Amino acid sequence: MQRYLFKRLFAMIPLLIGITVISFGIMHVAPGEPTVVGQQLDAKVTAADRERLRAYYGLDKPLYEQYWNWLKRLAVMDFGNSFSSDNRPVLDKVMERLPITLWINVLAIGLILVIAVPIGVISAVFRDSVLDRSATVFVFIGFAIPSFWLGLLLMIAFGVNLGWLPISGIHDYDWQQMGWFEQQMDLAAHLILPVFVSAIGGLAGMSRFMRSGMLEVIRADYITTARAMGLPESQIRYRYALKNALLPIITLLGLSVPGLIGGSVIVEYLFSIPGMGRLFYEAVMTRDYPLVMGITVIGAVLTLLGNLMADISYAWADPRIRHGGKA
Amino acid sequence: MNHQVAKIQIERSNNPRLAALAVWWSNYPLMAVGGLIVATVVITAAIAPWVAPYDPTLINVKAILLPPSWEHLCGTDTLGRDVFTRMLYGARVSLAVGFVAVGIAIAIGILLGAIAGHLGGKADSVIMRITDMVLCFPTFFLILAVIAFLEPSIWNIMIVIGLTSWMGVARLVRAELLSLRRREFVQAAISLGVAGPRMVWRYLLPNAMGPILVSAVLGVAGAVLVESSLSFLGLGVQPPDPSWGNILTEGKDNIQIAWWLSVYPGLAILITVLGYNLLGEGLRDMLDPRHRQK
Repeated sequence: MQRYLFKRLFAMIPLLIGITVISFGIMHVAPGEPTVVGQQLDAKVTAADRERLRAYYGLDKPLYEQYWNWLKRLAVMDFGNSFSSDNRPVLDKVMERLPITLWINVLAIGLILVIAVPIGVISAVFRDSVLDRSATVFVFIGFAIPSFWLGLLLMIAFGVNLGWLPISGIHDYDWQQMGWFEQQMDLAAHLILPVFVSAIGGLAGMSRFMRSGMLEVIRADYITTARAMGLPESQIRYRYALKNALLPIITLLGLSVPGLIGGSVIVEYLFSIPGMGRLFYEAVMTRDYPLVMGITVIGAVLTLLGNLMADISYAWADPRIRHGGKA
Repeated sequence: MNHQVAKIQIERSNNPRLAALAVWWSNYPLMAVGGLIVATVVITAAIAPWVAPYDPTLINVKAILLPPSWEHLCGTDTLGRDVFTRMLYGARVSLAVGFVAVGIAIAIGILLGAIAGHLGGKADSVIMRITDMVLCFPTFFLILAVIAFLEPSIWNIMIVIGLTSWMGVARLVRAELLSLRRREFVQAAISLGVAGPRMVWRYLLPNAMGPILVSAVLGVAGAVLVESSLSFLGLGVQPPDPSWGNILTEGKDNIQIAWWLSVYPGLAILITVLGYNLLGEGLRDMLDPRHRQK
């Protein structure tokens, strides 16, 4: 188990380096520097001024030198300062926005598990029943529905027409005046739609996966053995088959992290939530290099951590790896 | 049962082609429905300029935000443009982006997958490590950043989506080539002295075409979704050019007063993506009997 852990951690290093190279390369090969944006057409800004700005931001040095300097600072968690007028450290800006994004994604993963696993199991156990067929229809629609459109429809239905749920932000205007309990309820009400919209794609994929996993396990030899030994069918299904079918779900959860993190841009834009996704959108719109690079790297690291956590939980859950063998 | 009915029909029918179609339809209902949807989108895109009732970018201040009626089937937007017309033209965008982006992704995927699977060794491990790395990147971040830096345009979108979605195909092609190597006809070809690119091109790839086609069709669905998300964020097709995604942006801004701006374009995206997904799944069932659900 420990050796496995070390191996996994070690394998992350080249991935991390690759991620920084890709992010850095893309940001700098692309045309349109911050020194050009907004000043290009301004007659008062001379070429010399622009050169001075470039030198100030270190953009006049060769690319590899810029990369190396950036990497050195990255190693001590210094992502530089934002190019925007507040000029604050990137790390601070991201850290104050990160919790809400993480909360939404963690809740979304929770929701996916709570809904998708039972759907998948029921579909597999009652295969070809009405239940299974409606689940299949749900899955196909869930795959095809644009999440931002679903969000819009839910906003129209629950926010505009019924008026049950708020449609933007994470707090009401009078949040400051509320008591503690009311504040939590208010936050929860604001998070219901965003969490659901974040979860919808994963929901469809996961229930499909759970269904086929369960079907596969039911056909396995050890289930036939259990049946031959005369165990009750419910015990076979929910005690032995389910446990084994749940294993691959862990890996799939890890794989769904990049989608969730990328999707947070859309969800946070749609619901005006002040999270990392929205910050990224704003950074992209203003060509705030350090902020864009910082968030891309942090997002990729979060994804790696998600995968690592999935691998570790898998190793912990699978006795074949837990007891030192090879998976 | 349908199958047998159709078979009887084929024997009795005067028109064998039509009857063959009926058999095909009853054997692969998913694919038939998906194919029908995709064909409709393709035809719509092709004939949009001739059937559209209005000019897609014509501003009409006398007809701002009209709800759906017989004159404006899907209502009008904040500049009085006909939403139905704009949606017809939007089909062109989603079709073009879907096909070109997937074309790029497939080309890169086949190239890298074939190199990795055929050469093996160092080339294989380097290519596969790179693939893993790109796979665990939040690709949507990457796409957003690049599009914003390159100036949003339909060409940039196609290229960037293509460049960030080849990983699945590369893995697939590699796996197919590795499993084909053990097949008898490949062994026979090897013993006849066939090797190198000729081996890949003439013997291996043609036999891997089925799964590649399936993943291409499913890839189009993904690309259509990404394009609409980008346009929705204002980083895709730029106004006044219509796309399903950017009509939805207006829908978001006028959510309290104009539901039709949100409902119809989203429905178009949903149905189109559903069509590609059904077609892809149907193709998979047809080409690989192991996947067929009894």
